[in-house]
Amino acid sequence: MNYETLSPRELRLEVEALYGDYAETLNDEAFEAWPAFFTERAFYQITSRENHERNLPIGLMRCESRGMLQDRVVAIRQTAYYGPRSIRRLISGVRTHGWGEGEMRGVLKATASYLAVETLPDELTRVFNAGKYIDELVVEDGALRFASRICVYDTLLIPNTLIYPL
Amino acid sequence: MNAPETIPRTIPAPPDRAWPAEGNSRIPYWAYTDPAIYAREQQLIFGGRSWNYVCLAAEIPNAGDYKRTFIGEKPVVVTREADGGIHCFENRCAHRGVQFCQKHLGNAKEFMCPYHQWTYNMKGDLIGVPFMRGVKKQGGMPADFKREEHGLRKLKVAERNGAVFASFADDMEPFADYLGASILPLYDRVFDGRELEVLGYQRQLIPANWKLMFENIKDPYHATLLHVFLVSFGLFRADQPSSVRMDATGRHGALISWKAAVASEGDVQDMKSFQQLKLIDPLLLQPEREFPEFTVVMTTLWPNIIIQQQSNTLAMRQLITRGPESFELAWTYFGYKGEPAELRMKRLRQANLMGPSGYVSMDDSEVMKFSQDGIRPYTQHEGVMEMGGRDWKDEPHMVTEGVIRGFYDYYRGVMGL
Ligand SMILES: [Fe+2]
Repeated sequence: MNYETLSPRELRLEVEALYGDYAETLNDEAFEAWPAFFTERAFYQITSRENHERNLPIGLMRCESRGMLQDRVVAIRQTAYYGPRSIRRLISGVRTHGWGEGEMRGVLKATASYLAVETLPDELTRVFNAGKYIDELVVEDGALRFASRICVYDTLLIPNTLIYPL
Repeated sequence: MNAPETIPRTIPAPPDRAWPAEGNSRIPYWAYTDPAIYAREQQLIFGGRSWNYVCLAAEIPNAGDYKRTFIGEKPVVVTREADGGIHCFENRCAHRGVQFCQKHLGNAKEFMCPYHQWTYNMKGDLIGVPFMRGVKKQGGMPADFKREEHGLRKLKVAERNGAVFASFADDMEPFADYLGASILPLYDRVFDGRELEVLGYQRQLIPANWKLMFENIKDPYHATLLHVFLVSFGLFRADQPSSVRMDATGRHGALISWKAAVASEGDVQDMKSFQQLKLIDPLLLQPEREFPEFTVVMTTLWPNIIIQQQSNTLAMRQLITRGPESFELAWTYFGYKGEPAELRMKRLRQANLMGPSGYVSMDDSEVMKFSQDGIRPYTQHEGVMEMGGRDWKDEPHMVTEGVIRGFYDYYRGVMGL
């Protein structure tokens, strides 16, 4: 498929489908499949709105390559200690902002809102993290991939830990 | 001027709360759950004779800058005055108690309470009361009402090389004396006078008593056992050279370690989770030697701050209590102004080990919740703290809970327990 010739409406449907796959992959805890949504040199970050608005570079997670995403998965699976939980991500308001020009040629900017709810074994399901995805997508091997995904959260106070990616 | 508040050194202990006879090697579980103990801590510890961390000077560099924060659970504001001085006062209108400042950080010429527009300058003095003399000669404050007597409750302030501390007590010893001769050099190692730059904030609400956080950072015993990440990626081992250090009172402590040649496997066999892993992207863990002598120094200062120097990550971890069974841990990461870009990058990457999503810190946050969950129903029981003996002293190793015993020795003195 040539994504760059799609109408804005068709393109948004493609991006929505990608976000749906992404959310289901994480909601199902299929973490090993998560890095494949990203390019080799992708940037992934979870950061607060207060940091983002002040251009402060440290957030909760920072990955500068697909390898660092894979390392995150190794930690989740093998080294981190944490209690059982379910995190469900709901994505809405997907918007595309057009293909870039010049240096940003081939890069599609897109944004969406997300809401993650958390369920712990002895507790009621609660709102866990609310925020915005700020994305840069590129076409690789005929599919849309994330060259950059920044999750900017409103929920300044994290309820204890944020273990699984958003 | 406010009349100086007398800070009691101690008040009578609740009659039904006697510390276990074994002393500092036991911690009664009611210390983590009892609302009366918590209220007493607010008065005697955070509101008492202590220097509480409030901010970095770099967060309020310009005249009029302010930061809103908390000491214990009391809201306070720290300000930078036009003359460069730093002031701290309660975020509580002297009129009816409104928390008038609502933004984490900002810049202002004055603070005006929204309710009745009482106005304060950046030092906390009351400078305006609408209709103070009435309207058309009716109403108004009594003739003897003086603005000078109704300013905000002001705190004492101490700054040392870029970090700011405040106290409710008017007669605190100087900050350097408060740290003591053994802890001060560890503080000055990171705060050496270079200008600081904030690199980011993290805030997490941990469902546990605040003292469990101090216990965790004063406990080197758990480091190689709980933190599989550290061990698996070769960052830390039980046989690594290390030491623990305290001040003369036991209230402050430090866990110190440094890198050395890898020894035999023998001593690490007790670590059931031991396995060797390799990072797919090694960029994450390429620390550079930045400070002399030690690679990791975790300093805990009574009563509300942990100063973290873990390789190249520098952070203040401020404890803000939110009831007996909950506290906010507010992280402020920083570096030095004008430092090399490569070093800055290492700080950003290594920050992946810290905070609510940190490869190391997440283990601690989870365990603190499970400690609290386990303790809650058992007010008549107590924790055992005998690793490394029953007393507390500096040690050239990490197989000890002595720093926790030192903390409780001082805690019991302040609390009259
Ligand atoms: Fe730990």
